Amino acid sequence: MEHLELFFKSIFVDNMVFAYFLGMCSYLAVSKKVSTAVGLGAAVIFVLTVTVPLNWLLDQYILQEGALSWLGAEYAEYDLSFLSFILFIATIATMVQLVEIIVEKFSPSLYNSLGIFLPLIAVNCAILGGSLFMQSREIEGFSLALNYGFSSGIGWFLAIVAIAAIREKIRYSNVPAPLRGLGITFIITGLMAIGFMSFGGMLTGGDEEAPASEVRAAQIELPSGELEKENTASIEVVEVSEITQE
Amino acid sequence: MGLLSKKDRKLILDPLADDNPITIQVLGICSALAITAQLKPSIVMAVSVIFVLGVGNVVISLMRNIIPSKIRIIVQLIVVATLVIIVDQVLKAFAYSLSKELSVFIGLIITNCIIMGRFEAFALGNGPWRSFLDGVGNALGYGVILIIVGFFRELLGSGTLFGFKVLGDSVEKTGLYAIGYENNGFMVLPPMALIVVGIIIWVQRSRNKALIEEH
Repeated sequence: MEHLELFFKSIFVDNMVFAYFLGMCSYLAVSKKVSTAVGLGAAVIFVLTVTVPLNWLLDQYILQEGALSWLGAEYAEYDLSFLSFILFIATIATMVQLVEIIVEKFSPSLYNSLGIFLPLIAVNCAILGGSLFMQSREIEGFSLALNYGFSSGIGWFLAIVAIAAIREKIRYSNVPAPLRGLGITFIITGLMAIGFMSFGGMLTGGDEEAPASEVRAAQIELPSGELEKENTASIEVVEVSEITQE
Repeated sequence: MGLLSKKDRKLILDPLADDNPITIQVLGICSALAITAQLKPSIVMAVSVIFVLGVGNVVISLMRNIIPSKIRIIVQLIVVATLVIIVDQVLKAFAYSLSKELSVFIGLIITNCIIMGRFEAFALGNGPWRSFLDGVGNALGYGVILIIVGFFRELLGSGTLFGFKVLGDSVEKTGLYAIGYENNGFMVLPPMALIVVGIIIWVQRSRNKALIEEH
């Protein structure tokens, strides 16, 4: 149940692109054609699924306060969490390189379709963002971290494939000249994000008592001081649950 | 700016408008939009990026002749990550609540494409002083967009600027609220950041026709 909830939450409610704008650079640059978008999306799913659990292990056994206690009692007080940026990004860059080499060796056809995107991915914010969110939300357990990496990858995949499909269609429409290309893509993404906000009620609608851990996670991820945001979000939730009741 | 030659001045001023990293080069959008619901985090973010990009460009430019080109991406990432850790620790020490508010987005400066983009495109081929100007210029261009977006989102969404109630009190109905004005709660939600940037692009490109894209 916990797994299922995290799975759908990461895909729809906390969608990387629509809720946090992660990986926007490649999202905008590589979404001109559906086929390339599928390639990049698949590569992102793959790399996220590998790096998030790996960084979870790093976080649990090296970085967190007291994480080094497995080395001996005298190390129990170390808190290396300030090193997490540099370790996470090093893991990601290494993994991407490794994945590239392995894929090239064992599946040249996959490499040809995925290959050019792999170096791009090392600096894709969605990948580092996945690891950093995993850390700040204190995801418990290796399998949950694996699940989180995989499902946020799918969320990103859905987003880029959807926008690529829309951009292929919009080529035939009469967009005002200054908005063509980048401008209209931004606005469409905004509208899609509004659409995705309606998924916010998916996990709370009907089920009144949210588990304590989820409430805590929600508090962490909402930038504090944005009370209005929370209010409007809950209004949205109410509206959605009314609709489902009808 | 008597200090700067004409060419150097171009390095700083170009990214502010016609070569803006966000609206023209499409770089660094990732971490830009999520924190612009209010003006204060936008400015902090802008300053952090100015620091990281300015210093990072100088460091990379100084090392440009000794970095083997095969591992340059990792070297660049390490340089940025180090600088970002400095920013993060400074924020944690002096502005803890703000650093909580920015949460993971300070860390995401590392993968901000502007930074890698400028390292690759400029710092690897130019001297330290010019690289510094280029870094500061591009980070300023990024900051300008952040501040414009933050300004409109906070003003229209919460009716405040830097937390000051410039439009009157919405609860006690003073100022503009007395005549029936309401905050647009939508502006503080994430999707509006995208739409505001879309509108900025629209305005900019209708003023400068040369920037219009062919589909």
